[in-house]
Amino acid sequence: MEIEHLWPILFISLHAMVPITLAAIGEIIEESAGLFNIGLEGMILISALAGALGAEYFGSAIGGLLVGAGSGAVLGVIFGLLNTYGRGDQLITGVGINLLALGFVAFMLINLGAAGFHSVPRDVQIKLIPLGVGSLSPLVLVTILLAIIVYWVLNRTQLGIRIKAVGENPAAADVAGIRVNAMRLGAAIVAGALVGLAGAYLSVDWFGSVTKEISAGRGFIALAVVVFSGLNPLLALFGGFIFGFFDGFATWVSTYPKIKDIIPWQFVAMVPYIVTLLVVAGVIGRVRFPKALGIPYLRE
Amino acid sequence: MGSKYRFRSLNKYLNPINESLLAGAIGLAIGAIIMVGLGYSPLDAYSSLLRGSFGSVYSWAESLANATPLILTALTFAIAMRGGLFNIGAEGQLYIGAIAAVSVSLIQISAPFHLIIALVAAMTAGALWSLPVAILKLTRGVHEVISTIMLNWIARFFAFYMIANVLMDPVRGEKTISIAETSRFARILPGSSLNYGIVVSALAVLLILFLLWRTTAGFELRAAGHSQESSNYAGISYKKQVLRAFLLGGVLAGLAGAVQVMGRPPTYALISGLPQMIDLGFDGIAVAMIGRNHPVGIIFAAIFFGGLMVGGRMMQMSAGVPLELVRIVEGAIILALAVPELKRIFYVVRKKFARKEQRGGN
Repeated sequence: MEIEHLWPILFISLHAMVPITLAAIGEIIEESAGLFNIGLEGMILISALAGALGAEYFGSAIGGLLVGAGSGAVLGVIFGLLNTYGRGDQLITGVGINLLALGFVAFMLINLGAAGFHSVPRDVQIKLIPLGVGSLSPLVLVTILLAIIVYWVLNRTQLGIRIKAVGENPAAADVAGIRVNAMRLGAAIVAGALVGLAGAYLSVDWFGSVTKEISAGRGFIALAVVVFSGLNPLLALFGGFIFGFFDGFATWVSTYPKIKDIIPWQFVAMVPYIVTLLVVAGVIGRVRFPKALGIPYLRE
Repeated sequence: MGSKYRFRSLNKYLNPINESLLAGAIGLAIGAIIMVGLGYSPLDAYSSLLRGSFGSVYSWAESLANATPLILTALTFAIAMRGGLFNIGAEGQLYIGAIAAVSVSLIQISAPFHLIIALVAAMTAGALWSLPVAILKLTRGVHEVISTIMLNWIARFFAFYMIANVLMDPVRGEKTISIAETSRFARILPGSSLNYGIVVSALAVLLILFLLWRTTAGFELRAAGHSQESSNYAGISYKKQVLRAFLLGGVLAGLAGAVQVMGRPPTYALISGLPQMIDLGFDGIAVAMIGRNHPVGIIFAAIFFGGLMVGGRMMQMSAGVPLELVRIVEGAIILALAVPELKRIFYVVRKKFARKEQRGGN
């Protein structure tokens, strides 16, 4: 196989890496603080729609990304409030957000006219950077940068230590003067914004349209990447690339005439999910999670 | 003393019911706010929803028909939850169950056995699809949320493949072969979708009710759910409980898929894209939560949800509000149920209100 055939796979992989990694980094911040959010999928879905509408309203792609991140942050506020001061059950809240998003996006898409599909005008989509061998979204670079920044904040700053303290031993953190619930709420909001950016990227950049199944399990794959990474944003970047590769591989194979005839598309479409399962099963033994993950903090 | 205790035990049942009703009200209120925001009339919408769901014998029958698979998928989630596990794999297991049930119609068997074999095949298939979840959790520590979701997607594509390439109808390519007449559930009310599949759901409720509160196995499962550590100390094997919860859950979800395809007129077949199956598993989670993971509560919650689905169609036709609003209401109900503080705040506000009224009266 010649090198020209490999460039498209690399570019698809990088583009597929972005939403998974962004959502995973958000979840890493949240889980470090002790919140386990399985509502990523729904948050991506809502922000994809919000981002598309924002891009059209402001007439700019950046506007769309910001609206997407903002809507994610709002969902982060809801998730954060319910699970800190509200002492809610995090898994159930996550399921609630997913269900709500499923209904809300389908409902709004019908309201916008064509059922189940809404395309974003080309001139308000993100412009790709031409590189000669292919075009790259600037969001790929943003994602890499964000992974490095979050890694640095979590591991090299006092804020990072505080976030981890709240997730590891909230009672001790409380005694040390850290406001546990406020810290967790803040983590949920920042995480929400990152997950929202992932959603907006799907609609404003990668696909250029919104469907009611645009998230396609990426929120859950991101959860798997978090497990794979052991809460390390740099490993999440790597994990995101691997899953992006298989996602891209599936897309690539399904358009490649010779292979399409041999392997039915349904089996190719399974590949990212099977790989996720296998990788998570392979690494999990050596990953350690915060002690207070998933447990609401009650002051005695 | 005696009456006080009786009152307490009554409260044990009333509190969860009140909480579910409160959450239901919050969900409908949020739905109404969204409708007002988008210029619909919530009054029109909800009155047509009510008429469409429980306004006539026919609509009752349709609501019950929609409740039939939901009862089973809700039980899948509830059993796991009772054991402290979070099983959201019913969605995929029910696709596989439905595929197994249709596959049995490839062969010819005489009347009562055909139906029974199809059900057994669906139960087995559902359990087999659930088995990796338990194995991955026990041997590799993989959280069931991740493994079940991945298996749901794999099941979906597998079902797509089976529908398009193995079980396809030679005449109408968009659907599978129909379930053989010898393997169908008969209709209860002619002209409606209500069929004897609901008996399967009812039996499942009774069985789980008995299993959870009248057998040692059920006690062990609930003990493990309360506290894994202390149940372990009491000699209850955690591994056994995980296997039990997931396998039994898979059996029930497989049945849900079978009942849906073997009982629902008019096609008695799977249609490409699985429109009559998709989201039954996730709706089951919502049903289980509203039913407070209790088999009897699940019956009522499933009928409520079945009603929402049928009434939603009426709402779409006569009030012009898209059917999807129903799912928004569901999501809001779940969020309301997740938060214990919400209920506490509600009670405090109500008490304050009552006190004010009293003062005003004096």
